[in-house]
Amino acid sequence: MKKIMLGNEAVARGAYEAGVKFVSSYPGTPSTEITEEIAKYPEVACEWAPNEKCGAEAAIGCSVRGGRAMTCMKHVGMNVCADPLFTVSYTGVNGGLVFCVADDPGMHSSQNEQDSRNYARASKVPMLEPSDSEECRTFTKYAFEMSEKYDTPVLLRLHTRVSHSRSVVSVEDAAPITIKDYEKNPPKYVMMPANAIGKHVVVEERNKKIIDDVAADPEGVGLHKIEIRDTKLGIITDGAAYQYVRDALPNASVLKLGLVWPLSEAVIKDFASKVERVVIVEELDPFLETEIKAMGVKCEGKELFTLLGEYSARLIKEKLSDDELPVSAFDASKLPQIPGRPPVLCAGCPHKGLYLALKRLKVNVTGDIGCYTLGALPPMQAVDTVVCMGASVGMAHGFDKATDHADSRNTVGVIGDSTFLHSGVTNLMNAVYNDSQITLIILDNSITGMTGHQQNPSTGMNIRLEAAPAVSLEKLCESLGVRPEAIRVVDPVDTFECEKVIKEELEREVVSVVIARRPCALIPTGRAKKGVEVSVDYDKCRKCGACGRIMCPALIMDADGFPVVDAEACNNCGLCVNVCRFGALSKAEE
Amino acid sequence: MENINASIVLAGVGGQGTLIAGKLLGILAMNLGLDVKVSEVHGMSQRGGSVVTYVKIAPEVHSPIIEEGTADFVLSFEEVESVRWAKLLKKGGTMIVNTQQIKSLPVLMGQMKYPEGVIDSLKEASEGNARIVSIDATGLSVETAGTSKATNIVMLGALSNYLGASDDEWRKAVEEAFASKPKTIPGNLSAFEKGRTAGNV
Repeated sequence: MKKIMLGNEAVARGAYEAGVKFVSSYPGTPSTEITEEIAKYPEVACEWAPNEKCGAEAAIGCSVRGGRAMTCMKHVGMNVCADPLFTVSYTGVNGGLVFCVADDPGMHSSQNEQDSRNYARASKVPMLEPSDSEECRTFTKYAFEMSEKYDTPVLLRLHTRVSHSRSVVSVEDAAPITIKDYEKNPPKYVMMPANAIGKHVVVEERNKKIIDDVAADPEGVGLHKIEIRDTKLGIITDGAAYQYVRDALPNASVLKLGLVWPLSEAVIKDFASKVERVVIVEELDPFLETEIKAMGVKCEGKELFTLLGEYSARLIKEKLSDDELPVSAFDASKLPQIPGRPPVLCAGCPHKGLYLALKRLKVNVTGDIGCYTLGALPPMQAVDTVVCMGASVGMAHGFDKATDHADSRNTVGVIGDSTFLHSGVTNLMNAVYNDSQITLIILDNSITGMTGHQQNPSTGMNIRLEAAPAVSLEKLCESLGVRPEAIRVVDPVDTFECEKVIKEELEREVVSVVIARRPCALIPTGRAKKGVEVSVDYDKCRKCGACGRIMCPALIMDADGFPVVDAEACNNCGLCVNVCRFGALSKAEE
Repeated sequence: MENINASIVLAGVGGQGTLIAGKLLGILAMNLGLDVKVSEVHGMSQRGGSVVTYVKIAPEVHSPIIEEGTADFVLSFEEVESVRWAKLLKKGGTMIVNTQQIKSLPVLMGQMKYPEGVIDSLKEASEGNARIVSIDATGLSVETAGTSKATNIVMLGALSNYLGASDDEWRKAVEEAFASKPKTIPGNLSAFEKGRTAGNV
């Protein structure tokens, strides 16, 4: 049966058809929907893990015990689970094991543009790369078979334009879920030096075997496509770039690599021998190019194409075709100048009130990854640094150490509830243990927001929205050694109370944690309640503009400078009511 | 198989329903036995930012991206977004603009003015190379469905005048796209009809 599916949905389908037993992941754009779609197959055990390392290790456990398992992440999540990846490469598997990693060239929703293919080479793990939804399904299914056949984990590399594009998929029946027997086997699974030395030999032999098998059957084992057309120009490419090549150069010969690591020299040399000119078209790093040049194949690559961002058919045409480039219907010089439209914090977003307080306090803010990263943009411009998940806490501690505590009087870290549980906890433990005086603000909106509202260990629900034990952030911080009196809970909409409490905690010469707690305005517990609408008393309004400076999408200033509340967009949070000094805004009693 | 070969840009502001419109066009194309790719943007820019969905329908589709000067249709769900994505429209293409205006942050902060006379500017800048259709899709949505949420379906109704799928195929696609929320189907079907009438110029 044919269905139209998102690439991520098709990965989930492929895993389901392969009889996957267990999927454990941490959400991250553009990978999130894979695990959400898996959750719709009730026979598959499925969960949100607190971070990618937990997800990977749980999947490894299931594999060793004999079940097929998968863990999915965005590219930066691969960094978090790199540790288990490099050693499970040595142990190999029992049930098939797939690490699915989604890269984000162009950084639509990411903090860097790393190329995850480098992980395949570094960890010596084979990597498959689909280029549309049907390949997402078939490659995923094959990845499990390949994993078991060669006794190795397999990496499946996705791309924003593959993960988040819908195309037609031929759905097949699912294989039954089977759990293989488990036998104790320390030489295979206990990676201490004596065993690991022997296993490294096995890894190198395994990759050699894969290369030989691909050379014997490039399409069957390597999932390569060898398309010989006009032999003047031969393109070697992979993943999303293949699609741009096909649009730009319909007559060129193409070697599309399905297995991008390890590479069969025989297959590449055979293709190169059939064409007059070889050009490598790959986004981001010259990964294939470096390898292919090392094989002694004459080719061009990054001297023609950029290391940065996404490619396009136009870019490829510009470099390799004499065809005229398409022209727009509009004369751009005659179009009006238009304002930009950056993403904004939503109407009713609990982070607004907290950021207003930080702005008034003029403190340094070490930030973190999530919706609240938007606090770095106008109008708040409250966030000084964003590096990676959990770094807010560690960096605030570093500010403290750099200044012998002095900067802890005017520096706070801000981190979301999900990010705190992902990798803030160990940082907070370190700060307490090593005599820091930081003030950490946990923006507890009771959900993983930016990726589209996934549950986490503090929300009281699991991935299937069944009740689950909830971590108490207060008790967790206390158990790490934060003093009970230095753990404060505030409502971020009460922006002046937030300011007062943060000020008090900045003065405290120990580690403090301020939990700013209010559910995200887009989840059921945070949504507007009927009957508590915000109204404006225009007789009292002095047009001071304080409510406008919140930059709430639901509050617009009219031509005369009076506020107008958009009832359909308003979440009735009451932040505008709280900042009005003249009592002109009011909210009906709850 | 109907012979449709169309690249359709759905541009708007996060939350305006461009994703669902893209999904519906995907269903329509598949039911017609055509190849189709729909490219979406998820994540950060969805938070009230400028968003775009690309839909490509043809016997065989490779890249899911619609590039400069290659779109047969640009559907702009917000007035000024039409200018942002105008360069994608090819000569002889059709642009359908919802006249709803959503002020973005630089406008709210008083750094820039929301431009006036956008539709006239588009007509002038096209120099006769594009058909420009403007409709009050949000107003029509509120009028028929009692909410602005069917704006996307009104826009597709307008598009249906030009795309070349039968009325039955469109209705079927609307019904399939909202199969999980059957109560919304009648409202969406009438929103579709409103858009079809308003966009027929």
